[in-house]
Amino acid sequence: MADKIKKAARHTSQNEGLIFEKSAPGKRGFELPPADVPAVDVRAALGSDYARADIEGFPEVSEIEVIRHFTRLSTWNYAIDLGMYPLGSCTMKYNPRVNEHIARLEGLATEHPYQPQLLAQGCLKILFTLQKCLLEITGMDAATLQPAAGAQGELTGLLLIRAYLESQGNPRKKVLVPDSAHGTNPATAVIAGYEVENIRSDARGQIDVEQLRKIVNEDVAALMVTNPSTLGIFEQRIAEVSEILHARGAQLYMDGANMNALAGVAQPGRFGVDVMHLNLHKTFSTPHGGGGPGAGPVLVKKHLEPFLPVPVLVEKNGQLSLEPVRPQSIGRVRAFGGNFGVLVRALAYTLAYGPGIRQATEDAVLNANYIRKNLEGVFDLPYASPSMHEVVFSDNRQKKQGVNTMDIAKRLIDYGFHPYTTAFPLIVPGAMMIEPTESESKEECNLFIDAMRSIAEEAATQPDLVKTAPHSTRVGRLDEVAAARKPVLRWKPKASSESAG
Amino acid sequence: MLEAIGARSIDELFASIPEALRLKQPLDLPGPLSEAELIQYFRERATENSLGYTSFLGAGIYNHLRSVVTDTILLRGEFLTSYTPYQAEISQGTLQAIFEFQTLIAELTGQDVANASMWDGSTATTEAVLMAERLTRRRRVLVARSVHPEYRQVLATYARNIDLQIDEIGFTSSGQIDLEALGASIHNEIGAVLVQSPNFFGVLEPVPRIAQIARGAEALTIVAIAEGVSLGAVQPPAEADIVALETQSFGIAPSFGGPYAGVIATREKYVRQMPGRLAGQTVDAQGRRGFCLTLATREQHIRRERATSNICTNQALCALAATVHLCLLGKQGLREMAEQNIAKAQFALAELEKLPGVRRLFEGPVFNEFVVQFPRSVRMINAQLLRDKIIGPLPLGANYPKLTKCGLVCVTETTRREHIERLADAVRETLAVPV
Ligand SMILES: Cc1ncc(COP(=O)(O)O)c(C=O)c1O
Repeated sequence: MADKIKKAARHTSQNEGLIFEKSAPGKRGFELPPADVPAVDVRAALGSDYARADIEGFPEVSEIEVIRHFTRLSTWNYAIDLGMYPLGSCTMKYNPRVNEHIARLEGLATEHPYQPQLLAQGCLKILFTLQKCLLEITGMDAATLQPAAGAQGELTGLLLIRAYLESQGNPRKKVLVPDSAHGTNPATAVIAGYEVENIRSDARGQIDVEQLRKIVNEDVAALMVTNPSTLGIFEQRIAEVSEILHARGAQLYMDGANMNALAGVAQPGRFGVDVMHLNLHKTFSTPHGGGGPGAGPVLVKKHLEPFLPVPVLVEKNGQLSLEPVRPQSIGRVRAFGGNFGVLVRALAYTLAYGPGIRQATEDAVLNANYIRKNLEGVFDLPYASPSMHEVVFSDNRQKKQGVNTMDIAKRLIDYGFHPYTTAFPLIVPGAMMIEPTESESKEECNLFIDAMRSIAEEAATQPDLVKTAPHSTRVGRLDEVAAARKPVLRWKPKASSESAG
Repeated sequence: MLEAIGARSIDELFASIPEALRLKQPLDLPGPLSEAELIQYFRERATENSLGYTSFLGAGIYNHLRSVVTDTILLRGEFLTSYTPYQAEISQGTLQAIFEFQTLIAELTGQDVANASMWDGSTATTEAVLMAERLTRRRRVLVARSVHPEYRQVLATYARNIDLQIDEIGFTSSGQIDLEALGASIHNEIGAVLVQSPNFFGVLEPVPRIAQIARGAEALTIVAIAEGVSLGAVQPPAEADIVALETQSFGIAPSFGGPYAGVIATREKYVRQMPGRLAGQTVDAQGRRGFCLTLATREQHIRRERATSNICTNQALCALAATVHLCLLGKQGLREMAEQNIAKAQFALAELEKLPGVRRLFEGPVFNEFVVQFPRSVRMINAQLLRDKIIGPLPLGANYPKLTKCGLVCVTETTRREHIERLADAVRETLAVPV
């Protein structure tokens, strides 16, 4: 077994309890400079009703204990910095370290959005340049950088559509969402005040245009389409889809989470898309950080521009400023204008490539197709349409041996890889969604292919080995049912009676 | 690789995109820039900002001391470059850190449980209101006008489309919510009362009394907190049903408005209506303790249009910053930081009140921010202060038309005594010149 696993070997990691379990009275890890103004009595200053006695349960630990604690925890994680992270739809590409350095520069990290705009021209120039780059990449007309993540971008986009339709006299009732869509799409439509109508994909995994023609009516506000779709397939009839919607006064929303398959190759602005969002924490390489932060800029066509959220960045006579009021604006979607630090990193990424961003797109698509070609025949490919930046297999063959996508995913861990995305998109039962990104070399792709082939063989010859994986981690599969049935969501200090004794 | 795939050219891989939709020319983008050029470009932008100025701005974003240890941890690739911890076996580091974050926030806010983070304080506050609406099935909310104007604007953006009615309650000369008006406006169709404490004016709200009034109508009390350091010395809002906290004050740089991390804390019985990710403790088959994301049936990837929220990507790394920072400070450090903030505010208030025609506007208790009324427009004063490289108080007139000539002053443990004295001197000089 060991010889088949080329990328990983076991090594010792440190045990570590909760930080609270290490606490001892009197310790601390950070000293403040002494106060240079007279000390005050908190009770006297605030009044006894407002003064807090103690912060119960707070840890007391030294600096090295903090360093060791979090360093030990970190070694229990997998990360892009350790190897390929083929998590489909999540675009786990290399996060350039220079971008971390830049985002922390004094004069950028230190700035307050309420400082006079004359003293913020540097920040505003960064935002303005990024906007211009994103408009060029997408072929759209106007942008807002405010949304905090893809899902908030979706909401912003739908609110723009709603405001636009309202200005035409009727906000309409429904948003159409393909069954292959990400969960944020339908969840967002509801928050925007719409009913969701799920629509089925056709046999090729694309929007069923004939069906669409029948269901688009005066009640439909928009269709949310992901392009390329979550199957990694380009929606070939996108222009027709747009025409059908527009003919009946509805709008086309594009979830641009997969823009890394198009940047430099095709512009959604030419597909008839009215509004779209980007995930800068995917296509533009800002680090995921274990779940965030991200940024979800929204790009629109001219007719939606008057409705953009405030504040709106404008240039007049070489001066940039944020306009706080726009009569038709949907309002503010987030305090303080956006995840600036993420936007800085995204601009750094864009400038590093320049027009060469097309190369990143080509490499991502090349890697995905290389993996597809090498695993076709080993795993079932439910949709044969050409793949772009990712490929979705299913566990159809391995299921006959009682091995499912989750088992294979867990076994990949033993081989030194992060699992691919399991169980999404929902239209593929037992989905195995693989996205290598442009960051991976041929050698790393080959290791991954070997691992997947080896696991397929194990599934046939020793299915239990796969079904009980992973075998190399600190903990095995966790009891998620118990976790949800009796949730333990925090550590609790021992009852004071106990500690008193 | 092309050969292995059986393609003759890279372009062939894009053949599924209809010809008419494909770009014929290269994108018109600046670049490419090498590492050194990139750093140079952004350094130049940094010099076009406020380097060298002393600022008295707060208003939801606070400048506090941060240990270099925090960034050292954040830059570990295992935290920085990992995804959401869906695969628990190789994400135990992130998951345990989230569990610790949830614990720290619950302890700080006096609540039972907290989630793994929301996008920021404003969206956490908005989601807290939506959560209260789900819990009470009432579609009306009373919001104190002393809540941060931008938080209220975000709430309004969300509320408008889902028939949530918002009525605002004013404030009194204490700078606190008008309890009489609140009492008169509350009734059994109101789902929640939203206040912020310390509020936008820096004044602490009487949360126990507000909660008592809300409870009388079986409405929930939501407390937003934008300045988390206050919790080191101020009573936590234990009487609240939901707390929406912005954690920027805990080791996260101002960074021109983000990224920060919001978080929602609440009572145990309400957890199933709470939005956002949650880490829970459990065991593996051998009984070893481990952590995993849990109660996911509230979330969009399982529930889609019936989810509690659309949030997916949150602000995990910022929440980690807050976690590391709070562990470094610990019980005593946070207390001391909070006390220093109160001391600086008292000192700054006293210095400014010495100036002719300058007075403290609200008499309610303040933490590290307060409103001062000047004898002339704050904008005029600020324009003068800029010559002394001072970014002065935030003018309140734009958001509160009655508070012309009023400015919001913020001082923290990073504001040195000499900064405060220079501010007072500069204001004195400015006021000495007749308009
Ligand atoms: C296709 C797609 N759409 C939308 C989203 C939501 O984006 P975010 O997590 O930034 O809210 C994601 C990823 O999470 C996605 O993969």
